[in-house]
Amino acid sequence: MTEPVLRVRGLTKKYPGVTALDQVDFDLRRGEVHVLFGENGAGKSTLISIVSGAQRPDGGTIEAGGRAVELSGVAAARALGISAVFQEFSLMPTMTVAENLVMGSEPGRFGFVDRRRIRRLARERLDEFGFRIAPDRLVETLSRAEQQMVEIAKAFRPELSVLILDEPTASLTDEEAERLFALVEEARGRGIGIIYITHRMAEIRRLADRVTVLRDGRLVTTVPGDTPDEQLINLMTGRVVEDLYPELPVPGTDVVLAARGLTTFDGSVRNASFELRAGEIVGFAGLMGSGKSAAARACFGLERVDSGTVTIAGQDLTGAKPAAVMKSGVVYLPSDRKQEGLFLERPLRETVTLPWLRRAPMSTGPLLRPGRERAVAGDMLRRMQLSPADPERPAASYSGGNQQKGLLGRALLGECTTYLLDEPTVGVDVGARVTIYERIVALARAGSAVLVVSSELPEILHLCHRVYVFSHGQITAELTGADINEEMILRHMMHWGEPAAKDIA
Amino acid sequence: MTASSPAVARPRNLMVSLAARGFVKIGVLPVLVLVALVVFASMSDNFLTVENIHSALRQNSYIVIATLGQFIVLLTGGFDLSIGAVTALVSVSTAMAMVAQAESSSPLTAVLVGIAVGMLVGMGCGLVNALGIASLNINPFIMTLATASAFSGLALMLTSGVPVAGLPVEFSDWLGFNKIFGIGVPIWIAALAAAGLWVLLTLTRPGRHIYSVGSSPKAARLSGISEFRTLLLAYVAAGGLAAIGSVLLTARIETGEANLGASLPLQTIAAAVIGGVSLRGGSGRVIDAVLGAVFIGIVANGMNLAQINSYYQMIVTGAVLALAVVADRLRSRLAVAVYAGKV
Ligand SMILES: Nc1ncnc2c1ncn2[C@@H]1O[C@H](COP(=O)(O)OP(=O)(O)OP(=O)(O)O)[C@@H](O)[C@H]1O
Ligand SMILES: [Mg+2]
Repeated sequence: MTEPVLRVRGLTKKYPGVTALDQVDFDLRRGEVHVLFGENGAGKSTLISIVSGAQRPDGGTIEAGGRAVELSGVAAARALGISAVFQEFSLMPTMTVAENLVMGSEPGRFGFVDRRRIRRLARERLDEFGFRIAPDRLVETLSRAEQQMVEIAKAFRPELSVLILDEPTASLTDEEAERLFALVEEARGRGIGIIYITHRMAEIRRLADRVTVLRDGRLVTTVPGDTPDEQLINLMTGRVVEDLYPELPVPGTDVVLAARGLTTFDGSVRNASFELRAGEIVGFAGLMGSGKSAAARACFGLERVDSGTVTIAGQDLTGAKPAAVMKSGVVYLPSDRKQEGLFLERPLRETVTLPWLRRAPMSTGPLLRPGRERAVAGDMLRRMQLSPADPERPAASYSGGNQQKGLLGRALLGECTTYLLDEPTVGVDVGARVTIYERIVALARAGSAVLVVSSELPEILHLCHRVYVFSHGQITAELTGADINEEMILRHMMHWGEPAAKDIA
Repeated sequence: MTASSPAVARPRNLMVSLAARGFVKIGVLPVLVLVALVVFASMSDNFLTVENIHSALRQNSYIVIATLGQFIVLLTGGFDLSIGAVTALVSVSTAMAMVAQAESSSPLTAVLVGIAVGMLVGMGCGLVNALGIASLNINPFIMTLATASAFSGLALMLTSGVPVAGLPVEFSDWLGFNKIFGIGVPIWIAALAAAGLWVLLTLTRPGRHIYSVGSSPKAARLSGISEFRTLLLAYVAAGGLAAIGSVLLTARIETGEANLGASLPLQTIAAAVIGGVSLRGGSGRVIDAVLGAVFIGIVANGMNLAQINSYYQMIVTGAVLALAVVADRLRSRLAVAVYAGKV
């Protein structure tokens, strides 16, 4: 047995009212991928934030390379070869990709930074990973997935001994994730110890050497990587989770939202035609940057439309503002919860109720009724199984998956006719997903049109009546019934050029 | 390694722990107010008299009102550097309108016309700021710096730099020196303004929109909130509050002055920050802003009584601002520790 690169004993971390970690023991060996698994709020991110020096524990010891260490900050951890990609990114939005990549170790002479060298170093680093991102772009102009890539490139450093990845594939598609897996495997081959947090069973199958399960901040057990899914889920939730995906209802026929020849100003979507019908769940599949997300955003007035039309409930709403689109019964769930969804320093209640304050119980005229509002928000958080389901805590204090559940709860609160959901289950644990899928299906059963934009193939395969596949800004296929299978979708995802014959344009 | 067992992390000194917790809970302000009260009370016998406290509060009500305006704008993540120039322009136009009207009508009508003109000018200035910031997307700092220059230029141009005198005496009687239930009118109006703003911000939808736009403009837009309308409301309200303060001040000094309020931008921002309002927008309470402004007033009043030279007073004000910011930073750091159960 090799000496562990990292040994954690009795680690404890408390927040007011919550013990995020309670006497947790954890070992990481050289050259292993060690998956941390557990429900939303179980304490996974907290554990790695302590190990990477971003937070101080309230108790417990950490040994790195056989010596007890005091991690006084991220820099101290980095000096020991411990490097992390956090769930919530730590890039500087107003700086370029290159500047972010070299931050903390800028090459330079006499105190001046050497811009050209920074750019070259960054270029090399990105090429090494096969990430096609221009080093000169400002981070704030990158999509979430692109930012994820920059974060990953930043974490891989030459002198690495422990690499920590917190849900690194959360917004990547299989294609991009595949590249990341190859990198992780290569790192493992070099003897680096890797802590990997994920909610996706397939990734555990693919990568894990060992899995440590946490529940409510406590260590449940550490098991080998080939432990069956059902057993892992059972360990995680303490109960048996049956079918993940509920049965789909019979879809309606009334077209609620129709896009014809939609082309966005920046060319992210070209000549796309699609429609959503009442009682139907439609999927948008495609790689990152394929236009699947941009097409949904264009319908909600978040992308400049160059040509084509968007008709909602018989009304031409091409290029209308979000407020106007919402008035006709449409709600949009953004994929980037931190930038576009949450009011981080405000109580989570305010995020949840903001779009619907006008609704009956929450206000009379322009006056709010705080008691009612609190009740509505608290009720929704409980129904979405948030932990803790306390609407008065700041949104920022919730774990990533719980934030996502809160935002989804907000969308569901709308009682709308059309739901545009961009990556609805990013970061949500398997147990809570069951609830979310049930709710989505219930929406369709109640006659709403639901759009699910997803980079998770299983969601597309099992949750959708009809699927549009996007590639390079265009719709390359419209699939229904038995055609919705992995092979067909992947084939059309990679497709170049003109739309396939099945396109309804 | 860190604390080897949870027990070591427990606080050693109960008093220190309680003080730290109290500090985190209520902020630096009550501490500073207390220190200031003790210091000034020991320096001057007149300080803690009902008389003096009332007069300090009255003098202070103008800053409180202006700070409320600055506060709304800070909540949206903006700034209003034109607040002093608006005060000057309102003072001048109120006075000129009143003097002109007084020639042909009763004092009451003249006063009402003057106030109406002043309010319209103040809100109009706010509207100009709002249009530049919300529809032309000009940075609030730059926009209000520019309008500050323009508005005070306008005020000087209107008066050629000469104070506007000859206001109806009733104006000063009613709004400058009058007392209701023994308390000066400006104090009443400041209290009403604070209460009104509290209602707006905590009990109405537009108020909620102000917080959300300040916290995350993108997320607000996605929730169907109009950033334009929200900023319009905030800046026009700020202009309106500046106008109220200016009218009261004009009544007190009995002339329209084009150089009124020059120090207000610094003072109001300082007051809000000392009170604990975030400069990044999205968080802060009305009471914080009010207490910040009151504190600045106490310091000024105490130093006057102690006959401290006004040049020193400016230095002290600057130092107190810097100190408050440092103390506030210390507080957020302590908050993390307390939050984590370490203190
Ligand atoms: N800054 C904070 N303030 C207060 N409580 C916090 C804070 N950060 C985390 N918590 C709480 O600590 C607990 C553990 O959170 P953590 O982020 O470690 O969960 P997680 O296992 O990473 O969940 P997820 O799968 O949703 O990312 C949660 O109950 C959370 O609410
Ligand atoms: Mg997490």
